[in-house]
Amino acid sequence: MGRASERLEKRSCITGIGQSEIGRRLFRDPLELTIDACRAAIADAGLQPSDIDGLSTYPGMLDGGPGFNGANATEVQDAMRLELDWFDSGVETSGQLGSVIKACLAVGAGLANHVLCFRSVWEGSAQKGGGRAPIGGGSAAFRASGSLQWTLPFAAPSAAIWIAMFAARHFHEFGTTREQLAAIAINGRRNAARNPQAIYREPLSLDDYMAARMISWPFCLLDCDVPCDGATAFIVSRDERASDLRHPPVRVEAVGTALHGRPSWDQFDDLTTMANRDAAAHLWSRTDLKPSDVDIAQIYDGFSFLALSWLEALGFCEVGEGGPFLAGGERIAPTGELPMNTHGGQLSAGRLHGYGFLHEAVVQLRGDGGARQVAGDPRVAVAAAGGGNTCGCLLVSRD
Amino acid sequence: MTATSVPFRVLPELSDRTASFWQGGEQGELRFHRCGPCGMRLHPPVPVCPSCGSHEVNPEAVSGRATILTFTTNYQAWMPGPDLPYVVAIIAIDEDPRVRLTTNIVGCRPEDVRIGMPVQVVFEHHPDPDGDIWIPLFMPAEELV
Repeated sequence: MGRASERLEKRSCITGIGQSEIGRRLFRDPLELTIDACRAAIADAGLQPSDIDGLSTYPGMLDGGPGFNGANATEVQDAMRLELDWFDSGVETSGQLGSVIKACLAVGAGLANHVLCFRSVWEGSAQKGGGRAPIGGGSAAFRASGSLQWTLPFAAPSAAIWIAMFAARHFHEFGTTREQLAAIAINGRRNAARNPQAIYREPLSLDDYMAARMISWPFCLLDCDVPCDGATAFIVSRDERASDLRHPPVRVEAVGTALHGRPSWDQFDDLTTMANRDAAAHLWSRTDLKPSDVDIAQIYDGFSFLALSWLEALGFCEVGEGGPFLAGGERIAPTGELPMNTHGGQLSAGRLHGYGFLHEAVVQLRGDGGARQVAGDPRVAVAAAGGGNTCGCLLVSRD
Repeated sequence: MTATSVPFRVLPELSDRTASFWQGGEQGELRFHRCGPCGMRLHPPVPVCPSCGSHEVNPEAVSGRATILTFTTNYQAWMPGPDLPYVVAIIAIDEDPRVRLTTNIVGCRPEDVRIGMPVQVVFEHHPDPDGDIWIPLFMPAEELV
């Protein structure tokens, strides 16, 4: 099957980034946090709200559990009185960053010049002290329908369980170990110590990790990201509108959106890989750059194994070699060959749900990382988000 | 065979498409939709065969024998449910390894579960005013010999 060769995403740039206050539990109006992030991104680009002619967000009107969605597209459009030529919102897309990819295509197609993208969560406050909420109901009257009927009746109401089974199969086939997974959590925590916005900043040792409470083997508590409150926003601009803005543009080199395997967790053909296999291959088919050209990787770690899986999918190592690649954490350290999750990732900087990775990619490419800035003038970054049957990725660069 | 203790479970919403699956246990049958002309087994059930396009798609019982492809031992109390820890697994049915189920492994200790282990279906009956449900769980096949 031939693939379309026109690469509209190359007409797009990321020209503004913004974040709200971020915290474990802020008990603030999530729409207020969302608008804070959106206004910050617009100002960062050097634009006014009246310049925004497109809007894109994830996941739209989805009941994903308490605090999963801090604001819908219509709420933000109305609250900011945006006059839009194009807008889109929804969960059935290529992962959380699929919403940004759609914005890239909209500006590439000439439907908009400056698209505001946002993702807003308030899971920390919404879940109060009760721990992470299960997906779906826990009451006797609730009935599971759609895809959830194939997991909830089996007491499997969390992606922790679903992804743990992929990790367990990877361990079984390739000899991957918990000590190797630990490198993802420890790397994130070390980097978070240099990120004032991060949630968890105290040091984390391998002993701490191995002693942590088990959730779903092989995942302990420290393999699971931390629910938080906060919003992240981007401005995606058409290239000819990007050059005279406040910052040098970060160009979108290529995007990956493919899903060739069945769109399912348990029916996916290969239980050691996920949709990231297809999305990552798609990304490399749309650029002349190679994995060896990537200076920094900001890679989804909602559960630690997802980062390992993305590293393999993106070709930074062979499938099955993720464990040895990560072992000891030297390769993914800020001084290593592939600095990863330099803000702390979702494991330590908070579950900003995909958008935090692209935010950090832009921060690093601009050289604005402060105490956590990667040395060596990074020019090419990959941002990847999602797991299971919903994955998407972007390759971004600066001149 | 019926599982001995019945924990709280979130029950599925029955539909015309799924009732044969969730109520097959009444006859002790694990049923999947299957295309008449081409024989492809389809799960989750769909009304049209994705391979040959036939609308002749109907539920059919399989042996109930399967193999564990992967599993996790879960220690976290997400919601009311089985006693902790419990095993969640993905199994493939013997008739077609492309047909999987997420399920629980019962009838053995969690530490005795292995990838590749042969298992056999066992149904857990949940009476319900909207239509009784039989949840298909799996236990080690050798326990039934």
